[in-house]
Amino acid sequence: MTVTADGPLPSTPYDVAVVGAGVVGCAVARELARHPRLRIALVEAQDDVGQGTSKANTAILHTGFDATRGTLEARLVREGYQRLSAYAAETGIPVERVGALLVAWDEEQLAALPGLAAKAGRNGCHDTVLLGPGELYAREPHLGPGALGALHVPGESILCPWTTTLAYATQAVRAGTDLHLDTPVRAVERTADGHRLTTGRGILHARHLVNAAGLHADTLDRALGHEDFTVTPRRGQLLVYDKLARPLVRHILLPVPTALGKGVLVAPTVYGNVLLGPTAEDLHDRRATETTADGLAALRDQGRRILPALLDEEVTAVYAGLRAATEHEDYRITAHPGQAYVTVGGIRSTGLTASLAIAAHVTGLLAGTGLDPGPVRELEPVAMPNLGEAFPRPHQRPDLIAADPEYGTLVCHCERVSRGEIRDALAGPVPPRTLEGLRRRTRARAGRCQGFYCGAAVRDLFERGRSAAEPKGDRA
Amino acid sequence: MTAARRVDVLVVGAGPAGLAAAARLALAGAGRVEVLEREARPGGVPRTCAHGGFGTWTRPLTGPGYARLLTEAAERAGATLRTGVTALDWAAAGPVLTVVGPGGPETVEARAVVLATGARERPRTARLVPGTRPAGVYTTGELQRAVHLFGQHIGTRAVVAGAEEVSYAAAGTLRAAGAEVVALVTEHPSAQAGPARAQAARLRHGIPLLTGTTVTELLGHGRLSGVRVRHRDGRTAVLACDTVVFTGDFVPDHELARRGGLAMDPGTRGPAVDGSAHTSRPGVFAAGNLLHAVEPAGTAAREGARAGRAVLDHLAGAPWPDPGVPVVVSEPLRWIAPNRVTPAARPGGHVLRTGVPLPHPVLYVRQDGRLLHRRRLGPGTAHPNRTLTLPAHWHDRVDPEGGEVRVSTD
Ligand SMILES: Cc1cc2nc3c(=O)[nH]c(=O)nc-3n(C[C@H](O)[C@H](O)[C@H](O)COP(=O)(O)OP(=O)(O)OC[C@H]3O[C@@H](n4cnc5c(N)ncnc54)[C@H](O)[C@@H]3O)c2cc1C
Ligand SMILES: Cc1cc2nc3c(=O)[nH]c(=O)nc-3n(C[C@H](O)[C@H](O)[C@H](O)COP(=O)(O)OP(=O)(O)OC[C@H]3O[C@@H](n4cnc5c(N)ncnc54)[C@H](O)[C@@H]3O)c2cc1C
Repeated sequence: MTVTADGPLPSTPYDVAVVGAGVVGCAVARELARHPRLRIALVEAQDDVGQGTSKANTAILHTGFDATRGTLEARLVREGYQRLSAYAAETGIPVERVGALLVAWDEEQLAALPGLAAKAGRNGCHDTVLLGPGELYAREPHLGPGALGALHVPGESILCPWTTTLAYATQAVRAGTDLHLDTPVRAVERTADGHRLTTGRGILHARHLVNAAGLHADTLDRALGHEDFTVTPRRGQLLVYDKLARPLVRHILLPVPTALGKGVLVAPTVYGNVLLGPTAEDLHDRRATETTADGLAALRDQGRRILPALLDEEVTAVYAGLRAATEHEDYRITAHPGQAYVTVGGIRSTGLTASLAIAAHVTGLLAGTGLDPGPVRELEPVAMPNLGEAFPRPHQRPDLIAADPEYGTLVCHCERVSRGEIRDALAGPVPPRTLEGLRRRTRARAGRCQGFYCGAAVRDLFERGRSAAEPKGDRA
Repeated sequence: MTAARRVDVLVVGAGPAGLAAAARLALAGAGRVEVLEREARPGGVPRTCAHGGFGTWTRPLTGPGYARLLTEAAERAGATLRTGVTALDWAAAGPVLTVVGPGGPETVEARAVVLATGARERPRTARLVPGTRPAGVYTTGELQRAVHLFGQHIGTRAVVAGAEEVSYAAAGTLRAAGAEVVALVTEHPSAQAGPARAQAARLRHGIPLLTGTTVTELLGHGRLSGVRVRHRDGRTAVLACDTVVFTGDFVPDHELARRGGLAMDPGTRGPAVDGSAHTSRPGVFAAGNLLHAVEPAGTAAREGARAGRAVLDHLAGAPWPDPGVPVVVSEPLRWIAPNRVTPAARPGGHVLRTGVPLPHPVLYVRQDGRLLHRRRLGPGTAHPNRTLTLPAHWHDRVDPEGGEVRVSTD
């Protein structure tokens, strides 16, 4: 098992290098890792997997009910939904099938619902139901006044995006993929038998290349001579409300898309919080993941209408993610057989859902670029630590605590994270390198106090755990 | 399966309020008095305050010294302190809690429960400060623990958001940790700490105080590189720093209270209580900063002891009081505690807060338009984030059948 973040890179060429360890790159690496003969490198600029858009989204497992028919995105979202639902059940990624309600607040929106139901049917969602105001308010008693009706889409689900990305990466690494973190790819050149990548940590050779660089996929694509698309980041700001808000909402409350654009959603999270967002702002800066006063104010205005009581609760997180939008209304997944290269670009607002289907599709395309994947085997299953409130957490399991009292010793009180869970995360196959990485693996420090009580204690465990794991003499 | 146990009184939280309640109860022979503390050691927030400012005039103490004193008193009185044990939730009815610790989950049934879970500072997120999400963002609570309990490195240049007592404590801790304090920033027109303290920071340590100013944005990827501030007149500036501490803006740690369905006070955001710590849930009492974020430790301890007396009456069979008449405040007042008037439970007094400075303030207490009490606070100006008090002798004039009692400044 190899995860590196410093030192020289291996000099022998890889069969495939996947650039970008977001949810898409990790899924591709995992899919490729099912072929034991392949030598695979997963190359990531940042210090952890899933540090880009994959960590900052609305965490919905979409059915694809509203997808545009005939697009690649529509197909991969639908297929990805099936694949990821099954995979989540098998690996312990928390998923809750809470269902969505598209709430109509005016006559125009109400009139749009039957058309949306018909579209959902064409997309394979035959179980949608139109609800009148009586049934809507019975289902969502805290909804603000004035809703006229809703379309119920029972299959829409919520899941944990961090565990998903980490599960893929863990399985890939366990199956022999080399994960190189802190390795930004700066230039690519064609060589006689493949690609020569110039990275922040030296040169890396690979016969085949997969570009899963998210917001930077167009830059890498241009370096290989393609002018197919330009990424225009579309920022989505979000507010996360305290767990005490969770009883206020049962479904994902979606806006009805109209000519005037899309509103915001209110959705529970698997951690037991409530999300409000996202905004949709077209930007040019691909690092503009900051939130803004205007953005947060606009969200709160919309949230006040949808779920007035939500605004009385404390906010436990504010964040923003950037969708890799392009000038095209579809994914930009393209094989370049002459270059032994596949571009996975424009994975805009559905990539989490579609990830496993994208991976299967890309592996197929790679074969078309001359890759002989060799035999295939089933991967060792992984059991991911449960971060979801709908399933027993370690502190709720007498059996686990009896066997190891560290699971009964809570460190992060707001999120009820035990010392045992922090220890396990630090000893995992893809360990966190920062406190943020530890938070995404355990939820430590993610709660309402944001570290007032536990911050220093968590940092202490992190620093001790890291120095224990560090090979001696490796650091100056 | 989950083990079930019985005690006479279960106190949640071993801060000043909980420890004082437990000591009082154990000393009076209330039977088995057990205190649950989720942290590894008892003492609550004072344990993390290496500075002075605790104890009494005659016996000044540091925070840890004060925590030790209260802990020893509770233990000597015969209370059982269980650390590393968290109260998670309530069983179906009555004063029964589910808890977890290294020994596993259990259910503890008590004849009375005292909630003393304290208060925390609102972090950056709850204050809706926009910007990036860099490292180097603290509350005073985290800062003090990091420095005093773990000796962690903090940073080199720090901005302190706030200019109340706790903000100056944060500035002191930062300096002790080797960081330069760039400025204290407050939206108010002046500091809300004692003049001696504010002056010492400004003159002796050269820490500028930016009044009428708010932190409007955090900057920097990875590590904080600065904060943007805005003055009331619209000017903005960037203060370069690698650390920012959000101080004050306390909120009660009310999770357990709310999970138990206790009636809450919209002003304090803590459980509504009468003058002797009764909540709306029979058998459940509350004391300390859970009721009013935030008062000095001595106040919390006195309330704990007072709650202890009420618990003794309850154990002796006193009936649970009716909800009583609510006490509410009008703007610019922010909250008042206790916030219920019941005939049998007159408090020593009320504490309250204003949201803006009030020169020569006068408080009016009215019920259904009838003036019950008029009180001049003073001399001088009443500041936000500082304790204001109101005596309670007007409780006799409250009509128990009447409407809410309103406290206002006009
Ligand atoms: C606000 C918002 C809400 C969303 N909601 C949902 C939702 O509810 N459901 C859903 O399914 N999807 C949702 N999405 C979409 C989903 O998050 C994305 O489609 C998905 O995360 C894209 O994954 P990725 O791996 O392509 O990109 P990323 O996660 O951005 O990964 C790309 C990686 O490539 C790395 N990289 C870039 N350039 C280089 C280089 N030169 N060298 C090395 N590494 C490099 C980056 O560091 C990054 O880690 C949402 C997105 C946003 C912004
Ligand atoms: C940074 C800072 C500086 C201060 N400086 C001063 C000063 O100089 N002088 C002064 O007089 N006052 C000072 N104070 C105020 C003083 O510390 C508080 O008034 C006092 O600690 C309040 O006591 P308490 O018992 O209500 O709450 P806390 O001291 O907060 O204690 C509550 C306890 O309950 C525990 N708890 C909470 N929930 C649970 C649960 N579910 N299960 C088990 N245990 C739980 C917590 O871990 C905590 O130990 C300061 C406060 C702060 C934050």
